[in-house]
Amino acid sequence: MKKLPCFKKKKVEEDTRKIKANDPTANATKEYAGNEISTSKYNLITFLPKNLFEQFRRLANAYFLFLLCLQLIPQISSLAPITTILPLVFVLALTAIKDASDDIARHRSDRQVNNREIKTVVGKEFVTRKWKDINVGDIVQLTNNQFLTADIVLISTSEPNGLCFIETAELDGETNLKVRQALEETGEIGEDIEKLSSFDAEIEYEAPNNNLSRFEGNLIWNNKTLPLKNDNVLLRGTRLRNTQWAFGIVCYAGPDTKLMKNSGKATFKRTQIDHLLNQIIIGIVCFLLVMCAIMTICCGFWESFFGYDYRRYLPWEKYVSKDQKIGALEQSLLVFLSYIIILNTVVPISLYVSVEFIRLLQSKWIDWDIQMFYEPKKVPAQARTTTLNEELGQVEYIFSDKTGTLTQNIMTFNKCSIRGKLYGYATDEAGNEIQDSEKLKSIEFEEKDEEFRWYDEKLIDAIKNNEEDEHNFFTLLSLCHTVMPEEKDGKIIYQAQSPDENALVSAARSFGFVFDSRTQNSITIRVQDKEETYDLLNILDFNNDRKRMSIIVKKDGKIVLYCKGADSKIKERLDSSETDVMAQTDEHLNKFASDGLRTLCLAWKDLDEGEYNKWAEVLNKANTSMENREERVNDAYEEIEKNLKLLGATGIEDKLQDGVPQCIERLSRAGIKIWVLTGDKVATAYNIGLSCRLLTSDMEINFIEEEDENEVEKKLEKVRNDMIDKVEQLFAVKITDRRQRLDWKDWGIDVMKFDQHRKNYNYNNSGQTQDKNDPISSLPTTENGSSPQDREQFEGFGLLITGQALVHALSDKLKMRFLELGTMCKAVVCCRVTPLQKAQVVELVMQNEKKITLAIGDGANDVSMIQKAHIGVGISGEEGRQAVLASDFCFGQFCFLERLLLVHGRWSYLRISKFLRYFFYKNFAFTLCHFWFGFFSGFSAQTIYDPFFVATYNVFFSSLPVLALGVFDQDVSADQSMRKPHLYGPGQNNEFFNKKIFAESVIHGILTSCIIFFVAYLSVSNSTRSNGITQADLQSFAFMVATIMVIVVNLENALETWYWPSLYHLVLWGTIVVHFVFHFILYSPFIIKIFKRNYHYVGVAQSVLSNEHFWFTLLLTCAILLLPIFCREFFRMRFMPNKTDRARLNRKYRMDEKAAFVEHIKQRLGRVKRPILSGYAFSQQEGWGPLITSGRMQSKAASRRRPPAQINNINSPTTTDNDLSQIQDSTDDHLLKNEKDSSETTIPSKFVPNVEPTNRKPSTNATKETDPLLSSINNKP
Amino acid sequence: MPGQGETEEDHEQQKSKKPADTAFKQQRLPAWQPIITANTALPVFLIIGLTFIPIGIVLVITSERVLEHDIDYTDTNCMSTTAANTTCAQALENANYTGQTCTCRINFALDKSFDGDVYFYYGLINYYQNHRRYVRSRDDNQLLGKEGAAASECQPFQKNSTGSGKDYAPCGAIANSKFNDTLSLLYGSENVSVTNVGIAWSTDKAVKFKNPDNASNYFTSTHDKPPNWKVTAWELDESTSENNGYQNEDFIVWMRTAAMPTFRKLYRKLLRNSTFQNGLPKGDYTLVVTYNYPVTSFAGRKQFIISTTSWMGGKNPFLGWSYIAVGIVCMITFVVFFILHKTWKINNPFTYQMASIQNNQRITTT
Repeated sequence: MKKLPCFKKKKVEEDTRKIKANDPTANATKEYAGNEISTSKYNLITFLPKNLFEQFRRLANAYFLFLLCLQLIPQISSLAPITTILPLVFVLALTAIKDASDDIARHRSDRQVNNREIKTVVGKEFVTRKWKDINVGDIVQLTNNQFLTADIVLISTSEPNGLCFIETAELDGETNLKVRQALEETGEIGEDIEKLSSFDAEIEYEAPNNNLSRFEGNLIWNNKTLPLKNDNVLLRGTRLRNTQWAFGIVCYAGPDTKLMKNSGKATFKRTQIDHLLNQIIIGIVCFLLVMCAIMTICCGFWESFFGYDYRRYLPWEKYVSKDQKIGALEQSLLVFLSYIIILNTVVPISLYVSVEFIRLLQSKWIDWDIQMFYEPKKVPAQARTTTLNEELGQVEYIFSDKTGTLTQNIMTFNKCSIRGKLYGYATDEAGNEIQDSEKLKSIEFEEKDEEFRWYDEKLIDAIKNNEEDEHNFFTLLSLCHTVMPEEKDGKIIYQAQSPDENALVSAARSFGFVFDSRTQNSITIRVQDKEETYDLLNILDFNNDRKRMSIIVKKDGKIVLYCKGADSKIKERLDSSETDVMAQTDEHLNKFASDGLRTLCLAWKDLDEGEYNKWAEVLNKANTSMENREERVNDAYEEIEKNLKLLGATGIEDKLQDGVPQCIERLSRAGIKIWVLTGDKVATAYNIGLSCRLLTSDMEINFIEEEDENEVEKKLEKVRNDMIDKVEQLFAVKITDRRQRLDWKDWGIDVMKFDQHRKNYNYNNSGQTQDKNDPISSLPTTENGSSPQDREQFEGFGLLITGQALVHALSDKLKMRFLELGTMCKAVVCCRVTPLQKAQVVELVMQNEKKITLAIGDGANDVSMIQKAHIGVGISGEEGRQAVLASDFCFGQFCFLERLLLVHGRWSYLRISKFLRYFFYKNFAFTLCHFWFGFFSGFSAQTIYDPFFVATYNVFFSSLPVLALGVFDQDVSADQSMRKPHLYGPGQNNEFFNKKIFAESVIHGILTSCIIFFVAYLSVSNSTRSNGITQADLQSFAFMVATIMVIVVNLENALETWYWPSLYHLVLWGTIVVHFVFHFILYSPFIIKIFKRNYHYVGVAQSVLSNEHFWFTLLLTCAILLLPIFCREFFRMRFMPNKTDRARLNRKYRMDEKAAFVEHIKQRLGRVKRPILSGYAFSQQEGWGPLITSGRMQSKAASRRRPPAQINNINSPTTTDNDLSQIQDSTDDHLLKNEKDSSETTIPSKFVPNVEPTNRKPSTNATKETDPLLSSINNKP
Repeated sequence: MPGQGETEEDHEQQKSKKPADTAFKQQRLPAWQPIITANTALPVFLIIGLTFIPIGIVLVITSERVLEHDIDYTDTNCMSTTAANTTCAQALENANYTGQTCTCRINFALDKSFDGDVYFYYGLINYYQNHRRYVRSRDDNQLLGKEGAAASECQPFQKNSTGSGKDYAPCGAIANSKFNDTLSLLYGSENVSVTNVGIAWSTDKAVKFKNPDNASNYFTSTHDKPPNWKVTAWELDESTSENNGYQNEDFIVWMRTAAMPTFRKLYRKLLRNSTFQNGLPKGDYTLVVTYNYPVTSFAGRKQFIISTTSWMGGKNPFLGWSYIAVGIVCMITFVVFFILHKTWKINNPFTYQMASIQNNQRITTT
């Protein structure tokens, strides 16, 4: 590297750039950055200082450096500096090694990139140069499939009309080809070296910036000023495709390229626990200071009352005043610093490193999860941010995009309406609609398309009859788009920006309007085997604000504008004479929408020549303007797109992804509220909401569609009142203060537990019939007027709001009310929202709810919300990878979200919480012994442990088991996590780690230190061994306390750990064994022989370990400290198990009982079929038909065994096709009847007859000979 | 930056990276998943209760069998034999601690015979051998007999800076403050025979403390004795020549600093011959104290302790009683849990309703 980044010249702020082709000397004077890139941070010389500087910028490291400095002062050093040096060096070295290896990789890739070769035009010949030697203004030759060297203004290409194709996968992740085009004028240059070397245009363009989609500049050549746009520029990072060669002028090089300007500087997200940790650390530091202050005060008294007289044996230091009071004061102040040194271990140095390490491994679990690998696209899940894992276990709000996220984003043309005529609905002879798609025969087209199905012959006939409207309709579809055709194996494959376009163009092709090829200025289509070529005048391209695209073509002297876009946009721009047709089409649009189709409107208009020319001039002016170009262009577009004539509308089917309904249902049972933000129409969104089971018919759904602010306000108020009424009516709650913010919790209703509620009701009823003595047989219901049936069926509130209403609802005045309603609802759907609104909604919830939010999406329009939310998840879908690049986690399918949250997130949260809890405990237990010892050692800051032990405790003797806990622990298996979404709850409420838990673990630590210290003190002080030698010398005591500490703390860890793979055994027992071995060696006489130095502790290990007192004390201390924990665990587990405990118990008994139970089931299968068949008759809801036909329920046998009491949940999903495995899986639910909130949620339980209360008796047989706990649970009423 | 250095193959490979389906990577490692249930917990409590109580009883009995006799001779117990009505402590104080010696005789009786090995200790109370500055003030390498200047940790007892300028041997506050009372015991008029060998840790004596070569020269001429000492280290035990210098066992015992401000250190062992074949017989004894070591100025106390030992060492009832207490608590826990376990049924399918009833009442009443 020639230049160090820090020595870089200060750049003058550039306004515009001006370069001249083929004039290297002139360009060199401008001193634009060269093309050498350097993404590395360090080089050999700068590595150490820079890396150390970076590391010490972290507060924790700086803190320990400060401590180290303190320890180097002999007057106050209470500990050998080694105790801090050792862990600090360990931590720094680890980080440095990681940084260094990262940087070496960057160096390597930089070098590789910088040394790539490219041909440039120098003088009159081609010269091959290395990339790093390329400068701004050079003309370079690009070849096919080559990565671009720098940002380049295109001069000419091998393709006609100066077209070239690029793939921008490296830049924005989109793999489809994009077109770039050289200016017409320069395009003629071709590859003629003469012309190239004499090309002397001047190019003026904007200064380097990071906007990937904008380039403004002018090329001045032969006295003509030609506008340069984004279309004329190729960016570094893209790759040339399907183009033999291309020439261009380098306009930005190296660090100025848009790629480099866009890299890095990702917004750094931190988790709630991080914030809490920071607060806790500050709290601990305060605690540390308080402890030190206590010791200081005590020391002052001690020194003045005792130490002063004790000088006979322990003289005061020379630098301390001889005066009694002043001397004592000075001593005590020095002791303050000394105590800071020895008590500093309460602020755990290894905490941050350990947390990072654990999170890294937790991310690896996500990366490695084969069940989140999306086979069709070969996309594994990926944790792009490794620091957010535990927050995945705390999500309360999910903001989801719809298209491409909930749906597959594979579009198929399904319905259409042409000038008021509806096509696409298949009818039978009587004219009734045929619903069942199985009965339909799709029409065979000549151009075959796998995805495309069409059933309506009327349209075919209409086209055959050359009806004008239909003709026009498909002509538009085949013309008005930005699709690129590509020949592959003799077939035309369409490369489209969006799948909608692809669907439309493909459909047009099927109907005989084949889009054949396009050039810069023309489009060729084949209409019924007749080739037609249109002159392409303008493309008025699509963007998210315009929501439409138009194309102006000329054929046979006739100029036509074709436009397609969102219905609202088109509606505004229709000619007034079109109202009738529009009304009809509107009806059709609504019909499409209620079928869950995406709709587009098509319109057109004829333009006369003069009008067009005038407008073209306006556009040209707008195009060449240097300021506000985009705005002016938009205005120009606006001007021509009016008075359109409606052609019709299309309905495109957007299929749901696999498993989405199940996933949503389970997520919502996990207490997660799902907000869908979509650009679709209300009706479309509503229907998608129903089909993905976000909304259900038993929900109370409110619509807010008003457009005026006052009306929105009124509506919000009304919805609010309705909700209050409904709640009062159903739950027999009296809401006294109606003004107060609505909150389920205030009424004691667990909002996510309606299911459970219903279940309890069922359970109760059946319980009554079976057991007359059931003490709790009446529900607290009727006196308040709410019937249990109503309540039973109530599934919560839903809210639908449109983008226009949202504009007002998000205003400062109304946003809190909107939020209030939103939080009351189980599901919220926002329709027709803009990307900005998506971010606003996320922000609204984030800022006011203090809950964790997750945004998931797949497209560029989701980027804003993905970046805004606490956690951003990207779906690597059809629409490119922009969302993925902005996300923290990404994977291939929406339904993996369930696994990400319910399994990985939950585990991560559990693990990190346990880890932190334990970590603080162990550090307090360790450190506070010094504090107690202070009271016996004259507050002199004497350490109680061997300095080596202080240095190694955190690194060697307590770290590995807790790391193993943080990485491996699990409460229940992944499968069970998925099947019991309610286990997710604790994370949302921060139940596993919060300030209270922290305080508990601190108190636990303090008590532990207290007991370890005082038990050891009482048992050895003043006592002697059998050979008469006393045993309470300082070193023996130190080793004794240290050993007890290590054993107790590690056994405590063992009690905390629920999941013991062999690795954990190794680490746990290993740590304890290593403690003994290490100290035995360290304290052996060999050490003196080897190092020729004396050491206090020689012989201590042997002496202590051979002493009965030590072993009795160890046993006693362990009993005193571990039994209460053991006892508490047992008590909770047996007498008041929480959700997690129940699940764990389940899992345990499942293992034990599985075999017996399966046997039992097998015996019973034959007998119980009958009553179950009758269950069908009781069903008050839809039957199984759709489920069976949809293939979701493949097991017929299973469905036959469905018991009667379970009708409510018949929609529950299952995909299992093996009866036996279902039975096996369900045994755990069977075995713990009282686990109410889970047993219904798992589908397989339905297929097990005796899971049901009505059939309880047999089930107890199977569990007779088991644990008393189990049977007591089973025998419960 | 999306790795632009990648070749196409790398790219493809990365895209098709399918995670390996191993038990480790899929977090399906076979594991023991302990759950504390009644089946495990109740036996644990029972077993601990059943073992701890007997252990505790044995320990208490053992401890009770140990005989111990303490004599505090700090002040009034130890009246000077030379000056009337003066305690030795006062005598030292009156002489302003300038090296005077005071002798006192203390008569006492043992009610029981101390059978077996008998050990004699001196005990100090309120004496901070564990103070940081005190603990630090020694030079372990000097004690190993190595040549070289005394370590600076020994300050202010590193070298005789006011006089000869020679290093102290041994240096440091610990060595300087070595306990130097002489305690001897008379049975009637017969001297109780004792030994001062074998009172220190064997490793200390064998490894950590070594006299330098040419020890007599080292201790007497090249180095000074510590200021508080009456004799040089080479004259500590005049009867046994190898028990001198750094290897003197009294010195080694002193140098092994105590962990607590109340401590005792082994002083002598009974030499079991003739009269004392079976230990100390019961009867009247006289403790003869040569009182050199002042502690009264800082309210310290000095004790002379006679003790026998058991297999568990000296008297210490704490462990035994603790074991009994823990054992009893375990038994109680066991009984309570057992009864609870047999009677308590978990019933919370209706918790929800119960909670909502309560809530309703709360809301309606407010």
